[in-house]
Amino acid sequence: MTEIKKSSLLIVDDEPIVRESLTKWFKQDGFRVESAEHANAALKLMEKGPWDVVILDIKMPGMSGLDLLKRLREIDRGAQVIMATAFASVESAVQALKDGAFDYVTKPIDPDHLSHLVSNAIQQKRLEDENSILREHITEISGVNEIVGESPQIKRVIDLSLTVAKTDTTVMIRGESGTGKELIARTIHANSARRYFPIITVNCGAVAETLLESELFGHERGAFTGAQYRRKGKFEMADGGTIFLDEIGTVSPKMQIELLRVIETKQFTRVGGNEVLSSDFRIICATNRNLETAIKEGSFREDLYYRLNVFSVLIPPLRERRMDIPQLAQFFVKKYSMIMNRPVSEISGEAMDMLVRYDWPGNVRELENVIERAMVLSQPPSIRATDLPFQNVTKLDQPKDDTLAAMEKLHVESILESSKWNITRAAEILDIDRVTLYNKIAKYGLKKP
Amino acid sequence: MLIPIRIVPLLPVSTELISSIVHPLRTVYQNEVSVEQPAAKIVDKTYDDSRAQFNSTLLISEMLRRYPYEQTKIIGITGVDLFVPILTYVFGEAQLDGPVSVISTYRLDDAVYGLPPDPALLFERTLKEAVHELGHNYGLYHCKNFDCAMHTSTTAEDIDQKGAALCNDCRKSLGL
Repeated sequence: MTEIKKSSLLIVDDEPIVRESLTKWFKQDGFRVESAEHANAALKLMEKGPWDVVILDIKMPGMSGLDLLKRLREIDRGAQVIMATAFASVESAVQALKDGAFDYVTKPIDPDHLSHLVSNAIQQKRLEDENSILREHITEISGVNEIVGESPQIKRVIDLSLTVAKTDTTVMIRGESGTGKELIARTIHANSARRYFPIITVNCGAVAETLLESELFGHERGAFTGAQYRRKGKFEMADGGTIFLDEIGTVSPKMQIELLRVIETKQFTRVGGNEVLSSDFRIICATNRNLETAIKEGSFREDLYYRLNVFSVLIPPLRERRMDIPQLAQFFVKKYSMIMNRPVSEISGEAMDMLVRYDWPGNVRELENVIERAMVLSQPPSIRATDLPFQNVTKLDQPKDDTLAAMEKLHVESILESSKWNITRAAEILDIDRVTLYNKIAKYGLKKP
Repeated sequence: MLIPIRIVPLLPVSTELISSIVHPLRTVYQNEVSVEQPAAKIVDKTYDDSRAQFNSTLLISEMLRRYPYEQTKIIGITGVDLFVPILTYVFGEAQLDGPVSVISTYRLDDAVYGLPPDPALLFERTLKEAVHELGHNYGLYHCKNFDCAMHTSTTAEDIDQKGAALCNDCRKSLGL
């Protein structure tokens, strides 16, 4: 009632007794009330708005209530208009509602009905106002602030993401594990026209193949053991918004056929159901697999690949944009300083040098984990080199090639160095016997420093 | 001290019912409450053939014409069904911060709803409506407190939900 007391109400009726009695009725309720006897007076008062509720008589000399309704809606779309008339007609009621009236009442009005109607109209107005404020807020905060980096490579990724965001095109985000594919997907969604609707994430690799169908399409009650209730699927939940299919390369051949059908028709059926459902979604998918190779191997359907790979965004690995590492590291220090409530705010020169030189096979995710760990170990106010877990690794040369043998050589060398060439200890870490380790040392020509 | 209240029984109405609310009204408003001689035929002038009801706004005008209202609040209580043109019925009507109000006991009586008459309930509802309309005469608006007599009521059940007394805020507004 307190909120209602602050509300404003405009009464438009050519009968003085109606204006007077309604004005009196609502003034006793604490409304700010004004009245107008004809359309011109009402339009002048509307300009002085905004009004929460307008009670508008349909039959008036001069401009009719229905015509006035259209004019009022042009001036203030937010005002909730309740049409009133002594001559009830279905046609005029339907027309009024089509033209945006909140409701329609016949005179004389039941006081209880009027009271509820005006309360509901005000509540509707409040919700619309709140919705409008929240939409503005979402637009403000849905920038690209979360993507950290100044390198040309990451700027290119941001530009591509913002460009494709404005369209409804299917996007495939590619990049090594930990490069921030989901963050890019969220950025695209947040800058698209679908941003007021949800972005639904499905990690295809994390869901067992047998459950993925139910996860994506939902299921009916009793569809399988344990399906006690009807459950909406991710495609249904993403209606109006975006579905982000992470690790799309792990989807089984059977599910690939299902996905292809849903992407083409935007229609699907819940598991155990007959009803064909429709959903308006945009697809963004991500993978760290080489799908072209997977197609050649026959593990990924070519037709699905072309459906998904309409617009491709490739996120470079962190080692290819080393200039972003200091900024990213500082970003995570600030983040975990707040979360952990630890007064750590800087990274020593030596530690930063190590961070920049390290190769980051786990990319940004690994960098975040390293900083989080260092935040725990560090002595405020700074993170030192000794707080980092990879002092030795950073000194290693990069592998000359990508062969397994080259990687194995590097790994064995790394473990030997970290265990100070203690063969027993190194063999334990590598989970091989000592003889095998000696053989590998000989094979790769490794020598104790 | 608030200015005194004068109750005018506007026939047809139960004068016993009116007498029964005098003392409780004195308690609520802590002032003088008196009852005038019952007035016949006043409500007849406000009858509306098309509605088969009595126009409460005209009734207030008629009372203003007939009763001197300086330094007093006058409440007319009648047993006929009251309306204002835009609404199907009203339990009562008051001049906000003005001298006159009227209430009807017609829709406060359970017999109207096909239920057995309940004199005790009728007394309570009549008292609450009288306190409510007089509150408007003293300048009070509708109150958000569900227990307060100044809480808005559009049905008899609404009236039953609230109390006959004023809440602390409303009492404070009146200096009580």
